[in-house]
Amino acid sequence: MTVTFQMDGKEITVEDGMTLLEAAREQGIDIPTICFHEATKANGLCRICVVEVEGWRLLQPACIVKAAAEMKVQTRSEKVVRARRTILEMLASTMDLSDAPEILTMMDEYGAGADRFPDAERRESEVKDDNPMYIRDYSKCLLCWRCVQVCAEDAQYTYAINFEGRGYETQIGTFFDKSIPETTCVLCGQCVGVCPTGALKPKRQFLLESGMKPEEISVLNTGRKRRKEKTNR
Amino acid sequence: MTVTETSQLHTAIEPYIPLGRSGLLPALHAAQKIYGWVSEPVATEIAKALRVPLADVHGVIEFYSLFYNEPTSTHVIRVCTDVACALKGGEGILNHLCSHHGLKPGQTTEDLSLTIEASPCLGLCEHAPVALVDDQAETNIDLEKDTYELGRPPSHVYGTIRLLTANCGNGTTSLPKYGDYAAFKKALGMKPEEIVNEVKASGLVGRGGAAFPAGIKWEGAAKAEADQKYVVCNADESEPGTFKDRVLLIDDPHRTIEGMLIAGYAIGASKGYIYIRAEYPYIFPVLENALKESREAGLLGENILGAGFSFDIEVRVGAGAYICGEETALFESIEGKRGFPRIKPPFPTTHGVFGKPTVINNVETLCNVPLIVSQGSAEYRKIGTEKSPGPKLFCVSGDVERTGVYEIPFGVTLRELLEMAGGVKSGKGLKSILFGGAAGAFATSEHLDVKMTFEDLRAAGLPLGSGVVMVFDETRDMRQVLKSLGHFFAHESCGKCYPCQMGTQRQKEILDRVAKGKILPEDFNRLQDVGWTMTDASLCGLGQTAASAVLSAMKLWPEIFVEGQMSQVDGQ
Repeated sequence: MTVTFQMDGKEITVEDGMTLLEAAREQGIDIPTICFHEATKANGLCRICVVEVEGWRLLQPACIVKAAAEMKVQTRSEKVVRARRTILEMLASTMDLSDAPEILTMMDEYGAGADRFPDAERRESEVKDDNPMYIRDYSKCLLCWRCVQVCAEDAQYTYAINFEGRGYETQIGTFFDKSIPETTCVLCGQCVGVCPTGALKPKRQFLLESGMKPEEISVLNTGRKRRKEKTNR
Repeated sequence: MTVTETSQLHTAIEPYIPLGRSGLLPALHAAQKIYGWVSEPVATEIAKALRVPLADVHGVIEFYSLFYNEPTSTHVIRVCTDVACALKGGEGILNHLCSHHGLKPGQTTEDLSLTIEASPCLGLCEHAPVALVDDQAETNIDLEKDTYELGRPPSHVYGTIRLLTANCGNGTTSLPKYGDYAAFKKALGMKPEEIVNEVKASGLVGRGGAAFPAGIKWEGAAKAEADQKYVVCNADESEPGTFKDRVLLIDDPHRTIEGMLIAGYAIGASKGYIYIRAEYPYIFPVLENALKESREAGLLGENILGAGFSFDIEVRVGAGAYICGEETALFESIEGKRGFPRIKPPFPTTHGVFGKPTVINNVETLCNVPLIVSQGSAEYRKIGTEKSPGPKLFCVSGDVERTGVYEIPFGVTLRELLEMAGGVKSGKGLKSILFGGAAGAFATSEHLDVKMTFEDLRAAGLPLGSGVVMVFDETRDMRQVLKSLGHFFAHESCGKCYPCQMGTQRQKEILDRVAKGKILPEDFNRLQDVGWTMTDASLCGLGQTAASAVLSAMKLWPEIFVEGQMSQVDGQ
């Protein structure tokens, strides 16, 4: 079964059940995404992939909405561009995007000003360095939910992390702010793998970036070094 | 925790253990009743008993304003500082109370004997300024005279008709006084599809704010195939300025129960939930007692009246989250989760609470149902107008002589309603009316002759919303009102989708500058972009309407948002 519909004035035919995002990608039409990831359930959070569908009052998330016959979709209407630009500008005024090159490129493309919102309260927090495998820097977290999802039903069923607070104050957190080794975390690393902004980062990479030399890091990592020495003997 | 404490906790949460995750909110409430807050060991015990991951329990506590994971007293005073109360000095009352007890808002005394905090709208706007003292409403607080009323809030009911409010205004109506559910008995003699058709033919649309045709919902859920279906009564009345459902539930609980029974029979549901906001604690015993009366009379339970239809109702209590009035967030909350709204479709009629077909209606909507069934849709349609049939409740508050719930047929003008309410208080001029709620729009004297029907209001750009008519006299500074709205939405955004999560915060910051008169160049455009982005791109109704009133104010009074024009405004 296939469906035929219009995207940016072009008539296209795709497999039935395809989302507008999948259809666009197949056609080489660029729809930006932030929270979307193939490995996690699409939640339509970031709304950066919104498109305008003729006859629909609200913009629609392309990662969720399925292509349907006769649909007329605009992926770059004025409304769409305004929403994307404003969301990007709000992100830049909220968090540290320095480790999110894809979003910085998007900002250039949409003419989004990093300082559009002066005097905005930013979401800042201390780097949490409490386990041997990864650090958590929530100043760089854009709340895509991917880490929470892979820690739960989308992959690992570990349920080590969830949300703290609500609204703008939301942050990813553990039970009563416990350190990672005190939680159910099994250091599987899937959360680090899906983090798009460097908020979750391998410890080694974090130390290298903060100026340490590889040999200094291996001295710190005493357990592994000793094992190596034993085999070498 | 000591052994005694653990056993006390276990006794308190025992009834909710069989509910599993769905028992999480009730269990947390039960624990807080003992301790005032949920400590780490208490949360751990609850997580173990209900088999919910620890991080998830923490996530739920963190989401709801009325769950605390830091030492909090079992004795809490919550002072409303939202729009209607702010007009009458809510902030001053909070500060007075705090300084009297040597606390800051949100703080608890060292001996855990008292907590004082600011609260979003408590749904007592006709008695402003108000507070909630534990389970009692403290109304008409007057600091100068040092007077207030404490207890069950009185109901002020006016208007030209008394159909929905027939039993309101004289305390709670008992079952014998209400009558033995004649409309439900009539419904039992009809086929379920006949009832659905009657509701469709009546033209009844939802009264909670979204105005969706009730009959279409019922039809969808009736046709859905499932082993279990649900009827949910949305009593999470939290829209600032709204208090009609409070009056309907406390004075006439059986009308809602009867409406739910009819809905249950019509769609084939055997279970109902009443989800009521935690800020209405004085209604809980009233509801429980009414349900008990119905069960004892054989009107709820197994094989009701021998008709082969079984139905019962459970009351669920929210925990301080406006978003849980959004239907899918409400389902999540019943399921024991953070109140995040779901993506629609699928719609509740096929995938509602616990993923089952569900009809969810507002209290006032359900109260129309017995009326429609007993007199028939044709007779019902004689009330109101052709396109907006039926009676409608309006919540009139702010600067009018007689604040209260007004029952009128659709089609009455705003001017007529204001005249019924005795006009603007103390003979002052009218500045504006916040129409429909915080998620509504501002009206001015130019709108007074608009007929209050869905079609006329839509043409005038005014959303009916939940029936809020909040009046501001000519001396009111709209910048303060806007600031209050900005704070409300920033506090209540769930944080799920980006436009609302960040937009409500940026909107609040700009409105704070507007209120302080410290506007930055370009703030007008900034505010507009934020507002339009929230409206166009947010995931749910909260974000989509969080800028509605602000955008309407920008059209009416553009000068207050522009730098350098402040002096003109101050001179008004």
